Amino acid sequence: MRIGLFTAQKADSFVHRLSGITKLICFLVLTGAVMFSYDIRVIICVMVFSFIVLKISKITFSQIKLMLIYVVIFLAVNAMLTFFFAPGYGTEIYGTRHVFLKLFGNYDVTSETLFFIVTKFMKYASVIPLGMIFLLTTDPSELASSLNAIGVHYKAAFAFALTLRYFPDIQRDYKDISQAQQARGLEMSNKAKFWDRFKRALSIILPLILSTLDRIETITNAMDLRGFGKFKKRTWYRRRKLTKEDIFALLISLVILTATIIISVFINHSRFYNPFI
Amino acid sequence: MKKLFKVTTKTIVATGLGAAIFTLLFMFVKIPSPIPETSFQTAYGLAGMFAVLFGPIAGGLIAFIGHGLSDAIQYGSPWWSWVIASGVAGFIYGFAFLKTKVEEGIFTWKDILTFNIIQIIGNVIAWIIIAPLLDIVIYAEPVNLVFTQGAVACLMNCISAGVFGSLLLWAYSLTKTKKGSLKKGE
Repeated sequence: MRIGLFTAQKADSFVHRLSGITKLICFLVLTGAVMFSYDIRVIICVMVFSFIVLKISKITFSQIKLMLIYVVIFLAVNAMLTFFFAPGYGTEIYGTRHVFLKLFGNYDVTSETLFFIVTKFMKYASVIPLGMIFLLTTDPSELASSLNAIGVHYKAAFAFALTLRYFPDIQRDYKDISQAQQARGLEMSNKAKFWDRFKRALSIILPLILSTLDRIETITNAMDLRGFGKFKKRTWYRRRKLTKEDIFALLISLVILTATIIISVFINHSRFYNPFI
Repeated sequence: MKKLFKVTTKTIVATGLGAAIFTLLFMFVKIPSPIPETSFQTAYGLAGMFAVLFGPIAGGLIAFIGHGLSDAIQYGSPWWSWVIASGVAGFIYGFAFLKTKVEEGIFTWKDILTFNIIQIIGNVIAWIIIAPLLDIVIYAEPVNLVFTQGAVACLMNCISAGVFGSLLLWAYSLTKTKKGSLKKGE
């Protein structure tokens, strides 16, 4: 229940100094490049690059340990699922079939499927550091202004800002209600059966939602009184001007994206890199 | 008068706070299912409730922001195809906004039926059409895998929105005073 969301540390590094807009665009451009490409060489380059940036941004291992564990479990399960649902998927993509290891039925491990799964694993693994850098070094209120800057309507950006602002509050409310229930004798810890715990968690949600609906009224009134939404545009207190460092970071990201697309179009002639032909 | 796509300050605030609860439920109040990478998410019940109370824009954004944010917190990066599908599902739930009067304390069996037909349509479109197709286009996942996951997710989200969403709406309607509930003394 303890999640330090967007614990934007106040450390000072090259990445921290970049404006939110730059970081948002770089994140979208770089993840877009990795999403697009199934070329393992490109993916490994981006991965090395993102680990270097992770190093520059002074993020410590303990900050990302929990996330890494989640991700590795998720990716391992995904890899196994892909194999069990489509053992011949590699052949479908690459057009050749080299049996690597014979198993029962048509579950032969082919080099093609193995190569596809490894590529996919690297692909997702290389996005993770980028996400972590973005989440851990960006100030939440700057994020909303950045979303607005790249064309998201300010009302939607504001809704997102409110989510970030009230998530810790709601998490705290949930904990308070849960402890109140426990004080009345309802077991919520691991000692209770899973199903009982689930039912009790549900009984916490109703008071949580009803109190939130009241809070919505209060916040709405406060915002209406301050004239929210009267105009088509708004200004942001936390918006920063782009500096030379920002332009430099943007250029690097764009170069990586362009290179990815050029490699796919002119060298691989598809999104996949085929070493089997 | 209620309008389907009108965005008032209240819609924005409801979206923000709704997405925060959605994120919380999505991460902590769920039952894992036998098919990996899918689970019974109570969050869709909440999305259903907020969509009925505040309309399609709020419903769609709540599911979109909530799902994206919880993915980002847990995995570092959102799984875009499913995040978008979530948004579409929430958006379609919202079409029950004009058809029900929960704010006036009225939530009858007929309203439950209306809400459930709409949420089932929304879930089918989102999880059997949009999520698998985007998985194939964006992530090049194997076809039978994504359709199996989609079908399981669809079924579980229908139950979540149907049972849990209806219950939440019913409980909320009880807290509202009905129109004309005061009678002149004899």
